[in-house]
Amino acid sequence: MIKIEHMSKSYGPYPAVIDISFEVLKGEIVGFLGPNGAGKTTTMRVVTGFTPPTEGDVTVGGYDVVSHSLDVRRHIGYLPETVPLYLDMTVTDYLTYMGEIRGMNSSWVKERLPKVIEMVRLGEYRKTLVGRLSKGYRQRTGIAQAILHEPDVLVMDEPTIGIDPIQVVETRELISDLGENHTMLLSSHILPEVSAICKRVLVINDGRIVADDKPDDLSEKLQHAERIEVSVRGAEAPAFINAMRAISAVIDARSDQRVSMVQKAEREEFSPFIVDARPNVQAAEQIAKSIIDNGWGLSNLTPLPMTLEEIFLELTTVENLGE
Amino acid sequence: MRFISVIAIKEIRTYFASPMAYVVSAAFLAITGFFFVASVSDAFAEASIRGYLAGAIFFMIFMSPALTMRLIAEEQKLGTLELLLTSPLREFEIVIGKFIAAFATTLFMIGLSMYFVIVLFVYGDPDIGPLLSGLLGLSLYAAATLAVGLFASSLSSNQIVGLVVGSGILTALTIIDFVSARLSGVASEVLDAFQLGASFSVFDLDSFGVAEGGHFADFARGIISLTDIAYYASITAVFLLLTVLVLEARRWR
Repeated sequence: MIKIEHMSKSYGPYPAVIDISFEVLKGEIVGFLGPNGAGKTTTMRVVTGFTPPTEGDVTVGGYDVVSHSLDVRRHIGYLPETVPLYLDMTVTDYLTYMGEIRGMNSSWVKERLPKVIEMVRLGEYRKTLVGRLSKGYRQRTGIAQAILHEPDVLVMDEPTIGIDPIQVVETRELISDLGENHTMLLSSHILPEVSAICKRVLVINDGRIVADDKPDDLSEKLQHAERIEVSVRGAEAPAFINAMRAISAVIDARSDQRVSMVQKAEREEFSPFIVDARPNVQAAEQIAKSIIDNGWGLSNLTPLPMTLEEIFLELTTVENLGE
Repeated sequence: MRFISVIAIKEIRTYFASPMAYVVSAAFLAITGFFFVASVSDAFAEASIRGYLAGAIFFMIFMSPALTMRLIAEEQKLGTLELLLTSPLREFEIVIGKFIAAFATTLFMIGLSMYFVIVLFVYGDPDIGPLLSGLLGLSLYAAATLAVGLFASSLSSNQIVGLVVGSGILTALTIIDFVSARLSGVASEVLDAFQLGASFSVFDLDSFGVAEGGHFADFARGIISLTDIAYYASITAVFLLLTVLVLEARRWR
């Protein structure tokens, strides 16, 4: 539904997005992840036809965003980062107006409006001035205007920013529900959010896409190191660390400082360690062999999956170092 | 066309849902009322709306930008412009819709002030020709000043900037005869051709400030000249077009 080919966008001499390409298929929910200023909002503005790309082709539903901008805009529901609301209108008036400027006729609006208000659970606030709503309800009003005209494609820029935690959970649930029958591009700089909602994640940093994968596969694919949790009986920390460093597959080893592990280790009388090893070299086998050769007792050896948070940090920091 | 009316109706409702329309109407009636009374209260005064017209066109230098300053600046401030520009609307539909709303509100105010005309008919015997031509001229003048105000509103997200820039452009077009009087030859004539109509000598209660060389003078006298109509229509068209261009240029930033 959304197809971006070699798209770049600069503001004057400042590049915001550099040569990115990706595709969002019909029915897919794609998370767009990156730190502030990475180019998420710019990409979304290009997709929604707000601003044209400097270079490259962008199509939505087969329509070019520059030459067929009006067709593109008809098929898109957009929630910008700062939820755009007219504060002096009631929720119903605001949504009716938004429907009308999206080209809905009045009977369609009349039929659709109660359903949408029901969907975002704004029922008791339909006569309230938008300016009097709390942030979470304003967000829902913003989501309501985006889905009102039954668009094929939903583009949401940071939909849970600045609202309180309970409302964040509710908003995420709402977005997940919407994902069942919309193609969706959703941006965030909060990792758990993206992994909770999206089936696919694009990581963007400094205007470039640095990863494109399922949240689960991301960790596997992008592991620069395998992280292994090891518990050993009868080993002093320096001796163990030296023994580990002697193994070619091991990058480094250190004592495990996590509180839960330290407490468990005191109870069960073993020493906890974390070992970072090179991927795909059967490091675990070599570690186990070394421990047994040294005459220590091996009580636990578990490969740890990296969290998306760590991957994200790694991705973005490695990129920064590379430049 | 549907989008234009949707936007116009929304903006008119906003005018009348906020104090804006009422405050500006009250000020308009007070100021034009003062000039009307001043012009007809002499024992041998002529039964005409010349004083009213002079007051109205003078006040519109400030009133029109005040009415329009919100229209686009606020959309930029609230971020709703992003919503409008990602809806299947064209820029000119937004601009024309908002212009129509401001124009309709101004016509409503002019309509309220029509009790002056009733007073004239009750107590005097006014000439209908200059009366109608004056009101036609006033409507055209209002349209031109609102277009300038709308353009000023599109320049930034700050309403006050819109008000100052709009009034500034209109003031410049008003005091242009002050400059041209000190020049000679072609330059003087060219500048004179841009005189908007009002004059800052409006408070001279003997002559009343409709600029002699300006485009409003003939309307006030009862003459409808094509040049004057074309002038106001051009100012309106050019500034609306500039507003559309400013909005389109936003996309390319």
